[in-house]
Amino acid sequence: MDDLTLSERLRQRGVSRRGFMKFCAATASMMALPPLMIPKIAAALEKARRPSVIWLSFQECTGCTESLTRSHAPTIEGLIFDHISLDYHHTLQAAAGDGAEHAREAAMKENWGKYILVVDGSIPLGEGGNYSAIAGISNLDMLKEVAEGAAAVVSVGTCAAFGGLPMAKPNPTGAVAVSDIIKDKPIVNVPGCPPIPTVITGVLAHFLTFGRLPELDHLQRPKVFFGQSIHDRCYRRPFYERGQFAETFDDEGARKGWCLFKLGCKGPTTYNACATAKWNEGTSWPVEAGHGCIGCSEPRFWDAGGFYQALSVPHTKVGETILTAGAAGLAIGAAAAVLNRKRKAGAVENRETITVKDLTKES
Amino acid sequence: MSGLDSIPIVVAGEIEGRLRTENLGPLLRQLEQALEDLLATGDSTVIDLGAMPFSRQDEEDLRAQLGRGEVSATLNAFGPTLIEETAVPGVWLIEHRDADDRRLTLQLEVARIPSILVTPEEDIGDGLAALKAANTPPDGAL
Repeated sequence: MDDLTLSERLRQRGVSRRGFMKFCAATASMMALPPLMIPKIAAALEKARRPSVIWLSFQECTGCTESLTRSHAPTIEGLIFDHISLDYHHTLQAAAGDGAEHAREAAMKENWGKYILVVDGSIPLGEGGNYSAIAGISNLDMLKEVAEGAAAVVSVGTCAAFGGLPMAKPNPTGAVAVSDIIKDKPIVNVPGCPPIPTVITGVLAHFLTFGRLPELDHLQRPKVFFGQSIHDRCYRRPFYERGQFAETFDDEGARKGWCLFKLGCKGPTTYNACATAKWNEGTSWPVEAGHGCIGCSEPRFWDAGGFYQALSVPHTKVGETILTAGAAGLAIGAAAAVLNRKRKAGAVENRETITVKDLTKES
Repeated sequence: MSGLDSIPIVVAGEIEGRLRTENLGPLLRQLEQALEDLLATGDSTVIDLGAMPFSRQDEEDLRAQLGRGEVSATLNAFGPTLIEETAVPGVWLIEHRDADDRRLTLQLEVARIPSILVTPEEDIGDGLAALKAANTPPDGAL
């Protein structure tokens, strides 16, 4: 493994100092940090060494890895990804069998206490953890073994962060999240099904840049990306404030891009950066494509009621109230969010099934 | 006809593009304050337009409101960067794009000259070294 800093690596590729500063500006934007931080990022990246990363995939669909690797090089996230020393990732590595496991053991030994452990997928505890194993080692044992020498753990995707789809009722494999098992290491959750690639690399870039994890919220998610709800940052929010809602997917409101709240949008109870980071290299995101948010970065989103069932129908006078009361909109939004959270909690307790009626919104 | 053409769904219009987020007004007031700071203290300000909900229509409105100034430049480093002074002197629009010409960031910088345009010390040093090497005759030459 070479020992170049990130700035040296870029310089070696013929990127000028101006190019490096541009890289820092884009990295600041990716990490959702204010431009004021660009010189600090530059100073930190001047010294940043290549960290070892061990990536473990457990009960998952590989969508998280797809999300990260689908971006076309050379992107900022590609360069960040190139700069880490990805020493073990059984989907991406060429080695297989004993060779692959020896690579993992060697990386752990060489970087003990310093490497970053990235996990995607939940961990099955049922039947003694035997539902999922790699090289004859159960996911549970491998997680414990690798986490012991890690500086920090990054749980990528809703499965690793909160249990995800494998944990959906009736949870046949006894799936749990990483944080249910690992209690003595710093853990950052990067949920999403899948997570936004720039958010994954943003967290890695933060660690690479500042040598520590970003500030986290109560669910151990980075506040810079998960600090505001989808609803708060949604470009359709003005329609919500005016009480203009699409009632079906092909009515006048849908065609005019009105708020999708009544079609089941979970934006008010979902915290993620989709509205600003967007998807497919910034092309669009679900709400822009005309579909409500399904809340995929929230715990137990799969058991929280039908995707097309409104969390709670806003007060019929929302539009009029806002028009007459102006700033009262935020208070009403907050009240609706409380109701929505209660409704969501109720749905989690009593699993609801999506019906054809939900899909057609005929009732 | 491609498979997609046979799907009988018609897009009613460029929905997102026509929407305004109502963030333009506060942004323009922020620019006003930044210009006052620049005059009073010489401090520059950078605003990342990707950090807030800002639609394509907002961007069009912003460009229309600020107009085009006297200076424009293109930086070619790690992909193009388009730098334009607006018709409000001291307010610059800076669009960083990657090597595949996709937008990385769109920033407003309120400054006498955008920081990215100032030639960095390191690059001057590299250029000087290259020039000296070119000016040094090879061993044995007259």
